[in-house]
Amino acid sequence: MKRVALYAAALGFMAFAGFPFYWMLITAFKQNRDLYVGAFDTRHVPWIFNDPPTLEHVRLLFGQTDFLRWIANTLIVVVAVVVVTVAVAVPAGYSLARLTGRWGERLGIGIFFTYLIPPTLLFIPFARLVALLGLQNSLGALILIYPTITIPFCTWLVMGFLRSVPWDIEEQAMIDGYSRLAVIVKVVPRLIVPGILTVVVFSFTLVLQEFVYALTFISSVDKMTVSLGVPIALVRGDVYHWGALMAAALFTSIPLAIVYNLFIDRFIQGFTLGAVKG
Amino acid sequence: MAGVEIRHLSKRFGQLHAVDDVDLSIREGEFLVLLGPSGCGKTTLLRMIAGLERPTAGEIHIGGAPPRARGIAMVFQSYALYPHRTVSRNISFPLEALGLPRAVIEQKVRWAAEMFSIARYLDRYPRQLSGGERQRVALCRALVRDPKVFLLDEPLANLDAKLRNTARDELKRFQRQVKRTVVYVTHDQVEAMGLGDRIVVMDRGKVRQVGTPHEVYEDPVDTFVATFLGQPPMNLVELQGALLGFRPEHFLPVAHFGANEALRTFPLSVRRVEYLGSDRYVYGSVGGAGATVIAKLPATVATEIAEGSDMEFAVPERALCYFDAATGARQRR
Amino acid sequence: MLLRRRHGGTATTVKRSLADRENVLGAALLAPALAYVLLLVGVPFVLAIVLSFSTATAGSLSFGWAGFANYRAILADPIFRRALANTAIVTIGSQVLVVVLATAAAQVFRAAFHGKRTARFVLLLPWAVPVSLAAIAWTWIFDSTFSVINWTLKVGGLLHGWLYWLGDPTLALVAIIIVQAWRIFPFATVIVLAGLSSIPQEVVEAAIVDGAGFWRRLFHVELPLLLPVVAVAVLFGVVYTATDLGVVYILTGGGPANTTHVLPTLAFQRGIQGADLGQGAAIAVFLLPFLIVVAIAMLRLARHTEVGTT
Repeated sequence: MKRVALYAAALGFMAFAGFPFYWMLITAFKQNRDLYVGAFDTRHVPWIFNDPPTLEHVRLLFGQTDFLRWIANTLIVVVAVVVVTVAVAVPAGYSLARLTGRWGERLGIGIFFTYLIPPTLLFIPFARLVALLGLQNSLGALILIYPTITIPFCTWLVMGFLRSVPWDIEEQAMIDGYSRLAVIVKVVPRLIVPGILTVVVFSFTLVLQEFVYALTFISSVDKMTVSLGVPIALVRGDVYHWGALMAAALFTSIPLAIVYNLFIDRFIQGFTLGAVKG
Repeated sequence: MAGVEIRHLSKRFGQLHAVDDVDLSIREGEFLVLLGPSGCGKTTLLRMIAGLERPTAGEIHIGGAPPRARGIAMVFQSYALYPHRTVSRNISFPLEALGLPRAVIEQKVRWAAEMFSIARYLDRYPRQLSGGERQRVALCRALVRDPKVFLLDEPLANLDAKLRNTARDELKRFQRQVKRTVVYVTHDQVEAMGLGDRIVVMDRGKVRQVGTPHEVYEDPVDTFVATFLGQPPMNLVELQGALLGFRPEHFLPVAHFGANEALRTFPLSVRRVEYLGSDRYVYGSVGGAGATVIAKLPATVATEIAEGSDMEFAVPERALCYFDAATGARQRR
Repeated sequence: MLLRRRHGGTATTVKRSLADRENVLGAALLAPALAYVLLLVGVPFVLAIVLSFSTATAGSLSFGWAGFANYRAILADPIFRRALANTAIVTIGSQVLVVVLATAAAQVFRAAFHGKRTARFVLLLPWAVPVSLAAIAWTWIFDSTFSVINWTLKVGGLLHGWLYWLGDPTLALVAIIIVQAWRIFPFATVIVLAGLSSIPQEVVEAAIVDGAGFWRRLFHVELPLLLPVVAVAVLFGVVYTATDLGVVYILTGGGPANTTHVLPTLAFQRGIQGADLGQGAAIAVFLLPFLIVVAIAMLRLARHTEVGTT
């Protein structure tokens, strides 16, 4: 009896979390005449395919919109930002976890708190900065600004990760006569690869999810990122092409969700470091 | 007041028989110790009595009542105190679960606290107490519900060695005072011998022997029980197809014994002598097979023993145990 | 330095030059991150506050002092006051929902059952997906003519009129709260699950043996021990919701008629779209009280759990 209730509840939660994605899926492949039927018409069931599914929306999306260009733009920004983040946050995280002791921890917490300063406050002064640097309406603005989101968070991730990696190997190397720098260069990379991987993945997801700065600094459609272009620019006049829209949303969401899922445990480890012991 | 009846109790985890067809009759008011190495099933058995594990087969009856109306209290190895509650609210928790009125609860808490002399800690939190103090809080919490049976899971394991002796003494006195049935799990045979009215020796899910400390020590039913109890363990020597067992304290230089005693003698090649203050341990080998044996000489036996020498040692016949070499079972002759 | 600390006073002379190196090394590795954060977060942060006292516009690089003029203007503006109230309403409303949903979901998902991995994947989708894409999907779901929610409610006999979700000020706010809760509760669930697994098994068993039933155990043992973890989840949830622009911007754009604006969308509208940086900054500054309260609460929490509840 309890089992049944458990499964029912689990299904309930899954339904609540998942139905918008099912709806995305259906909408992306439904013919227009199956799609645009008023909801007051209770004889027509919107949850299923009443007419055979179609690829017309997908064809529209890839053929007649800038979707592919947006993907390219996004990839350019992602790669650049990931490189910058790894290069900056990983050494910083290592330094704070291993080399700087107590004031390092405080600094680490300080860096983490900058993650809490929201884009919806900083976008105002950034508008000035971007204008000053002549980076309006360019991917360069995003490449410059996105690390302000990724670096604090990823530094904290690396700190948290290192706390669970024991000292011993590095200590042994130092006792064996390697200098501190040599230890860092030779021994640490192998230890820290999972940490670096986590940083890559989270920078990737943080960039893909970002909307506010993209909205603020990109105005022409051909420079947009996916997260910006899909909701804003897949509109012709006042008409939303829901089929194409949902297809775009679906194709972007699913791979991201898969990648994210693989790394969720690391993520939680970082978040709950203070509040949960062990 | 209640005894505990356990019949054909088994617990399986997949292929593993953690507890294998155990029958046990625990008498009302007795202090029963479940003794065995880790993995022998003693804790699983205890948890089944507590109702924390459901048996795969068999039954448990407490005071004649089936599991539902258990009336048991348990003290965990880690004490499992509620960290977010004060000592007094830790102790009152089971009473709150019973829905007793506030005034009654307060009175019972005070009574239990005074029994273990922790009344002055009532407003402290567990993290502010030492290990020994926490243990006493755990005992209070168990006591306050006036249970029929106390279950204790290695409660002394986390204490310093020095504290353990006094704690052991306190525990036994406490039990004599409240006159309740206690089921106590430990892997420490010294503890078992010191505390138990009866000891249940377990190995790999099965009960090997049940008896008083005297019975399991002097009259072991197989080689497992024989070697598990006693420090150092019983010597086992293979002789003419059988296993001969004798305890180190019965294994002395032949000169020490009186002329009329029936003895079995052994030529001992002495390898090493350890001087430990109150005892001397003599390590050597006997017989052609060269099996290692240990003799435990009290300080009162002052005979000179030289390492590397050969000496004649003996064991009184009455102290010998014969075991079947293949099964380890005790042969009575 | 750390090596010395861990091994007492041994080999201090040998480590001397190394210790200096360690400090320098530490600083060198930290420098780029520190510089980035100071220059591109610290400075703009201060600049934001400064701009709120100015007449700066987005069009030029001009700068003129305005004193408290911007603040006076927005405080007198009913649209701003409404945005401030909405921010509070949406944040509190959605977080209450999140706590209820997450604690319930955590209870369900802590048990082992078939297909748990898939279930967890689906459960995490709202959190993994970019905000803007989720928002546009929900816009479609709440569409006045084609809303599949309306259809389902009608067919289920629960709806007799019609719900013009995004066209009605109250309903729109409800819709926003639903989307925010939907988006955040998976993240909160995962955090609570982690917290649940950190409660020592024996403490829960002690409660069982002490005679506490399911509800007593939940309220008197598990939830109190979960409080630090739940608090962390709530604090993050507050930050993510109060400072979020995407959901409101895409769902309603602040409408109908500026009734569903929240501080971030209003700041965007006035400051970026309207090019009045000064006013935009002033509006955004009102997010700071939320954030400061959160920051203080987090520090308190961290210190409280350092002292330890074990």
